Amino acid sequence: MTDFSMTPAHSRQQTRWGKIALRWLLYLILGVFAVYYLMPLFVMVTTSLKSLEEIRTGNLVALPRDVTLDAWKTAWSGACTGIQCDGVRPYFWNSVLIAVPAVAISTLLGALNGYVVAHWRFRGANVIFALMLFGCFIPFQVVLLPMARLLGLMGIAGTIPGLIFVHVIYGLGFTTLFFRNYYVTIPAELTKAAKVDGAGFLRIFWSIFLPLSLPIIVVTVIWQFTQIWNDFLFGVSFSQAGTQPITVALNNIVNSTTGVKEYNVDMAAAIIAALPTLLVYVVAGKYFIRGLTAGSVKG
Amino acid sequence: MAPILDIKNLTKNYGSVEILKDINVAIDQGDFLVLVGPSGCGKSTLLNCIAGLEPISGGSLHIGGQDMTDVSPKDRDIAMVFQSYALYPTMSVAKNITFGMKVRGVDAATQASKLATVAKQLQIEKLLDRRPGQLSGGQRQRVAMGRALVRDPKLFLFDEPLSNLDAKLRVEMRTEIKELHQRLGASMVYVTHDQIEAMTLATKIVVMKGGVIQQVGTPSEIYNRPANLFVADFMGNPAMNLIPAKARSDAAGTRIEIARRDSAPIVLTDSQNRNLPEDVVLGVRPEDIAEPGARAAANAQEADCLVDIVEPAGADTYVVMQLGGKHVTARLHAETDATPGKAQRLAFDLGKVSYFAPDTGQRLN
Amino acid sequence: MSKWIEDHLPKVVLAPSFIAVLVFVYGFLIWTAWVSLTRSRLLPKYDIEGVIQYKRLFAAPRWDVAMNNLFLFGALFIVISMVLGLLLAILLDQNIRTEGAIRTIYLYPMALSMIVTGTAWKWILNPGLGIEAMVRSWGFENFRFDWLVNPDMAIYTIVLAAIWQSSGFVMALFLAGLRSVDTEIIRAAQVDGIPTWRVYSAIIIPSMAPIFLSAFIVLAHLAIKSFDLVIALTGGGPGFATDLPATYMYAMAFSRGDIGQAASSAMIMMGVVFTIVVPYLYSELRAKND
Repeated sequence: MTDFSMTPAHSRQQTRWGKIALRWLLYLILGVFAVYYLMPLFVMVTTSLKSLEEIRTGNLVALPRDVTLDAWKTAWSGACTGIQCDGVRPYFWNSVLIAVPAVAISTLLGALNGYVVAHWRFRGANVIFALMLFGCFIPFQVVLLPMARLLGLMGIAGTIPGLIFVHVIYGLGFTTLFFRNYYVTIPAELTKAAKVDGAGFLRIFWSIFLPLSLPIIVVTVIWQFTQIWNDFLFGVSFSQAGTQPITVALNNIVNSTTGVKEYNVDMAAAIIAALPTLLVYVVAGKYFIRGLTAGSVKG
Repeated sequence: MAPILDIKNLTKNYGSVEILKDINVAIDQGDFLVLVGPSGCGKSTLLNCIAGLEPISGGSLHIGGQDMTDVSPKDRDIAMVFQSYALYPTMSVAKNITFGMKVRGVDAATQASKLATVAKQLQIEKLLDRRPGQLSGGQRQRVAMGRALVRDPKLFLFDEPLSNLDAKLRVEMRTEIKELHQRLGASMVYVTHDQIEAMTLATKIVVMKGGVIQQVGTPSEIYNRPANLFVADFMGNPAMNLIPAKARSDAAGTRIEIARRDSAPIVLTDSQNRNLPEDVVLGVRPEDIAEPGARAAANAQEADCLVDIVEPAGADTYVVMQLGGKHVTARLHAETDATPGKAQRLAFDLGKVSYFAPDTGQRLN
Repeated sequence: MSKWIEDHLPKVVLAPSFIAVLVFVYGFLIWTAWVSLTRSRLLPKYDIEGVIQYKRLFAAPRWDVAMNNLFLFGALFIVISMVLGLLLAILLDQNIRTEGAIRTIYLYPMALSMIVTGTAWKWILNPGLGIEAMVRSWGFENFRFDWLVNPDMAIYTIVLAAIWQSSGFVMALFLAGLRSVDTEIIRAAQVDGIPTWRVYSAIIIPSMAPIFLSAFIVLAHLAIKSFDLVIALTGGGPGFATDLPATYMYAMAFSRGDIGQAASSAMIMMGVVFTIVVPYLYSELRAKND
C-alpha cells in the first residue's frame, strides 16, 4: 500500500484545500469510469424490463415506466434461434452439461499433471511442461479443421460429449499450469518425508497434496468454468442444432432475421447467458482475479 | 558384526556433473556419523542417497547388512528428520506421527500406544491435536523427531535439523539429540554445515568438499590431526592458524622460521626431525598459542609478538597478530594484559602443530 | 513389478495428457500446415502443391481488409487498454476507501462472454434506438453516431467494446504490480522529498516492466483470437469491413467450404502468435530454470 499523504509542510492551509480538491477530482474520475463500465449492464437490465413499445418511443438510459418480465419469459422459453422457438432454456442446460464434466475432468487431470511436473520430475519433464504450456497459446483456428474431422471419425461430431472432449483437451495446458505453479511452492521435503514414511505416488497426492489444494482448485474451477461457459468458437464450430451451448444460441437469437427485432428479449437472453459467470464473479471474485492474473503473469 | 551402514565406491552424477565421487563410509551399530562441509559439498545429496530419495549412479549401499542400493526409501528401514521439518500441514501432530504406520497398515491399537510412548518421551502430549502451523519452531522440531522415533528404524537420518532454530534453541536441541542418541543407542547419520554441531554430536565425522570426502575420523582425530588445509580451516572456531613458514630439518630437530612485519623472523624449534620440505604451512590452533606457562605443553617455544587487536570474548581473550603475512589468533586468559601495539610474549605448543604442504594442502606430519 | 509401477507411475499419469497435447495441438498444427500447402477445397487433399493457398490468400481483398483490421484494432486495443488500465490502477492506488467496490465494477466485464458484450454494445450503438437516438431526443437533432453501420468506422466499435471488456483486467494486473513494489524504496523516495508523480514515473512504473510485458502478451493474444466479439457485434460487416483473420478463417472453413484458404489463414494467425508468444515463453521458462 503506497501512502502519499505526506507532503513538505510549506503553506499548510493552501495544500490542505488543494488536497481536498484533488481528492474530489480523483473520486469524480473514478466515478465517471464506474459509470462507463456499468452503463452497458444497466442498459441491458432496463431494456430487458421494458416493452417493445416503450423501447421504440423511450430513451436508451431511461428507467422502465412499466416493468414487465415478458421479455424474460420469451427469452427463456420462446425466443427463436433460427427455426426453433424454445428460447435459451435448452441451450442453457446444454452449456451446463458441457461445462460441468469438462471442468471436473480438466481440473482433476490438471491437478495430477501439475503434481507430477512439480514434484516427480524426470528426464524430459521440463520439455513436456513447456510443450503443454505452449499449447495454451495457440490460436484455436489451427486445430478447428482437423478437430472437426476427428470428431466426425470418432462419431461424436455435433454432440455434447464431443464438446466436452474438446474443452478438456484445450483446457489441460492451463489447468496443469495452475496446479504446477501452486505445487512448486510446496517444499520438496514434504514429498521426501512421505516417501520415507512409506507413502507412494498416489497416496502422497491423496493424503498430502489434495488437502492442501482447495485454493487452487477453486481458482482452476472458476477459470475453466468461465472459459468453457463463455466459449463461442468451439461451440459454433462443433455443435449442431440441439447441442449448441448458450453463447451460440444467444448469437442466433440476436441475429435471427425473422420477425420483429425484439431488443428486450435479446437483452434478457444476454443477461441469462451472462448470469452464471457473473454470479461466480460476484461470489468468488478474489479467486477469479487470481486465476486471471495467474493465467497471464506466470509463464 | 556387519556395519549398520556400509557405503562402497558410491558415485552420483547429474548429467555430466559429478556430485559425489567415490564415497566410502562405514559405521557400526550405535555410531553417530556426522557429514559436514560447506554448502554444495554434496553432504545432503549423500544423505538423500542413503535414504533412497536420490538414485545413485555407481557403487553400493548396505544397511544392516542388506543390499539397499536399489530399494525404495520405505523399505530401507530408515527414518528421516528434515531441515524444514516437512510436517504434513493439513494433519494434526498425532496424524503426522502415525501417518507412516497408517500407510504400512499397522493396527490402530499399536499406533496409539507407540504414539503415546513417543509423545511422552518428547513431551509433546499436549500438542497432539494441533496443526503444525500452530506450533513454534522448537515444537515442530520435536514433532519431526517424534515422527522418526516412532518408526524405531535401523538408521536415523537427520538433514540439518537444527538450522532453522534460533541460536539458543539450537544448543538446547543439540543436547537433546545427543541425549537421545545415548539413551537409544541408535545409529544415526546427521548432516550439518555447522562444525560445532559436528564436533559435539559425532562419534565419527566425515568432512566433505566438492563431492569428495576429505577426511573420516573421530572428532578428536579431525580436530587434532586434520588431513589437509581444508579440514584444518573448516573445523574449529576460531579457525586454525595457517601460517606460511620455512622449515629446515636435521638430527637435532626442525627449525621453523616465520616471517614478521618490521622485525626479524620468529624461529621455533620442533624437537623432532619431521623431514619437512623447505616451504610449509604451519597449522596452530589458537589455544596452542598462549601466555608462557598458562597451559601444559609438550614443547612450548616462546617468542615476542606484536599485538594488533585484542578481542575479549568472556571466558577467553583473543589476540590477533600478523605472522607470515597472515592474521594469527591466540587464545589467552580473560585477564590478559595484552595491549594493541605492544609486544606480548607467547608460547607456541609445537607438540600439537600440524604441517601442510602449501601446494597440495596435504598433511605432512 | 510393483516397484516398476511405483517408479513409472508419474510418467504413466502424465502420459495421456502429454499424448493428447502432442496429437491435438502439435499433430493438428502439422495437419493444418500440411493442408495449407495443398489444393484442398471442400475436402482436404494431401498432395503438396506449394504456396498457392498463401498466394491466393494475399491476393484476396477480403484478407487484406482482415489483416489491416487486425493491426489497427490490435494497436488501438492494446495501447488504449494499457494506458487506461495503468491510469485506473494508479488512481485506485491512492487509498480509495471504496476501492474494493470500484475494482469489482471495473473488472466484471471480464467475466462476461464476448457474445454478451457484443450483444449489449450492438444494442447501445445501433443508430435507430441507441446512443444516437438518445442524444437526438435530448435536442441535438443533427447528432450522428452511426459507427456500427459505417464501413469506415465500424472497426472502432469493436475497439470500443473490446476495451470495455478488457481494460479492467489490465487495471487489476497493474494494481497488483503497484502493490508489489518494495515499500521501502517508496519510503526512501518520500524521505528524499521526491514528488508523488516522480515516484511513479521514475521508480514504480519502471519496476513494473515485466507486468507491462505480461499485459501486452495477454492483450495481443486476445486481439489475434478475437472472433466472438466481431460475430456478435458486427458479424464482420458492414460488408467485410470488420473482418478479422479469425472470422475470415471461420468463414472459409465452415461457410465457404474452402479448406485450403482456412488452413493457410490459420497458419498466418499462428505465425503472428508465435512471433509474440515464443520469445516471451522462452524468457519466462529460462528465468524459471535459473
